[in-house]
Amino acid sequence: MAEGIRLQSVRKFFGANEVIKGIDLEIEPGEFVVLVGPSGCGKSTLLNLIAGLETLSGGDVFIGDEKVNTHPPRDRDIAMVFQSYALYPTKTVRQNITFGMETRRIPKARQEEAVTEFTRLLQIDRLLDRKPGQLSGGQRQRVAMGRALVRNPAVFLFDEPLSNLDAKLRIEMRTEIKKLHQRLGKTVVYVTHDQIEAMTLATRIAVMDNGHIRQVADPGTIYENPADLFVAGFMGSPPMNMIRGRLLRDGGLRVAPDGDEDGLLFPLPEDEAERIAAPEGHKVVLGLRPETIFAAGTELPGPDRYIFERRVEVVEPTGPDTMIVFQIGGQDGIARVRPEDARATGTPFSFEVDMGKAKLFDAATGKRL
Amino acid sequence: MRQRTTSGIVRPSGPGAVLLRGLLFAVLALFCLYYLVPLFVMISTSLKSLEEIRAGTFLSPPRAVTFEAWGKAWNAACVGVRCDGLEPYVWNSVLMTVPAVAISTILGALNGYALTKWRFPGADIIFALILFGAFIPFQVILLPMARTLGQLGLAGTVPGLILVHTVYGLAFTTLFFRNFFVGVSDGIMQAAKVDGAGFFGIFFGIVLPMSLPAIVVTVIWQFTQIWNDFLFGVAFTVGDSNPVTVALNNVVNTSTGVKEYNVDMAAAIIAGLPTLLVYVVAGAYFVRGLSAGAVKG
Repeated sequence: MAEGIRLQSVRKFFGANEVIKGIDLEIEPGEFVVLVGPSGCGKSTLLNLIAGLETLSGGDVFIGDEKVNTHPPRDRDIAMVFQSYALYPTKTVRQNITFGMETRRIPKARQEEAVTEFTRLLQIDRLLDRKPGQLSGGQRQRVAMGRALVRNPAVFLFDEPLSNLDAKLRIEMRTEIKKLHQRLGKTVVYVTHDQIEAMTLATRIAVMDNGHIRQVADPGTIYENPADLFVAGFMGSPPMNMIRGRLLRDGGLRVAPDGDEDGLLFPLPEDEAERIAAPEGHKVVLGLRPETIFAAGTELPGPDRYIFERRVEVVEPTGPDTMIVFQIGGQDGIARVRPEDARATGTPFSFEVDMGKAKLFDAATGKRL
Repeated sequence: MRQRTTSGIVRPSGPGAVLLRGLLFAVLALFCLYYLVPLFVMISTSLKSLEEIRAGTFLSPPRAVTFEAWGKAWNAACVGVRCDGLEPYVWNSVLMTVPAVAISTILGALNGYALTKWRFPGADIIFALILFGAFIPFQVILLPMARTLGQLGLAGTVPGLILVHTVYGLAFTTLFFRNFFVGVSDGIMQAAKVDGAGFFGIFFGIVLPMSLPAIVVTVIWQFTQIWNDFLFGVAFTVGDSNPVTVALNNVVNTSTGVKEYNVDMAAAIIAGLPTLLVYVVAGAYFVRGLSAGAVKG
């Protein structure tokens, strides 16, 4: 049975230091919610509050319909996977997996069934008699997941489970976690600092910063419609170009970049122009994702394109794409072009930007306009 | 299961280096000799007859090996007025040491576990106070402890001595285990809590099996301390309940009759043998546990 989770103005202090500053979040049964944010934003603390490994300083936590504020972890019907795996070093894989069932006095036959089912699923059924010290990182990760799965809890909590794995294994396990979720349909709360993990796994992402949730939405919305500069800057790699400038109203709505002396004026699409009420001269930040800037004429023509010429400052090939760094009024920008369109450093380059995907933020508040 | 990560660091070569190396080994050999000669004298003397001791020198090896002195030390030497050898006193020591070591080790493990893994307000202060116990000179507590044992009705008994050694061993055992558990990841504790285990469930199911190195170090330390203790033994026991250290003193310091050096030596070795045995059996763990504790403490 998957259960939902409800957080109501949850707060946590460590001493005088407030690390969770009143968080409200509702998680539907069966959802895969990823808490993402930079180090120290409180995401792991929030997960520990849900798990009962930390005591609430304020607010309420509900799992299903039950208020679990004062329930110890074992009474919350949760299972957790830790970053360090936290396997019991003196126990075999089998004993690691069954420890939770032993403490709950589940009959041996039931334990055996669960072990067989989930170790097969995770392909660790041959490792049952080994100790954690004899396993590779990926195998330990699977054992840690097996230990969580056999309990058949209502909610799974993952605390950066993949960050100790090497890059290749991480991608493999990511896919596997997603498959598991689709197969088991349990509620998952997953903490990571890796925005790609967040994008690929989540049904909804909660972007956290400094004890607050900045935005909760599905991955597409988070990426395409970030609520503020923080979310826009955190999601995406390479990060979104943030060009500071002023608003110009001369019939349409345009952005004049600060410090630019070449008369660049980025025109915003008409519907944006009608929607945005900020006055002329208003300080703004123009957000342009690197992939919306490409070599002029290399994409099918569309509305709201703007072509400008800059010098190539740095060329960074990544394989499938090449990043070109340019400057606008002393601010760095990155464009993502096809490798064959790249030019040598120092040569002039004609960029085309899809202004239909541009995002405009208020420079003072950081909020989306 | 550590593998060697280097197959040999390059060293300087040439006659100078060889000379220095030779010198180094010569000095080390000298130190070894200095350390081992007393042991050699003890063993060889204990295997000689009294006549041979009087005739030969201290350092000469026994000409005719005899275990007579060992037999006498074990069951015929006179301890005070009783001439049954050291045997009953060795058993006294065993009866005192084994429970005292076991109890103080288990309590120390529990203390260390609670102080590091179930943090509570004031844990650091309590640890500091317990640690303070490691620095108390034991002469200071002789009188109050004697009075306490008297009140408890344990004066002059082996159980009384067990109590004293347990109480005064706690400072060290707590220190050892606390430093070991500081290095145990909190993630394991959290995982065990989510798995539904409680204070004792985690202690016996997870933490204690992990702490084998700390247990070995603590047992060796406590065993050596308690077995070799003379002060508490002489102060809190009388006659028949004396531990072997006190009995040994009574054998050696007897003022009547001929001085039987061979029996004295054999008795001293008998009294020291159990600690030696514990060292040898658990020696490998001792070094490993000490260095692990040093890094993590």
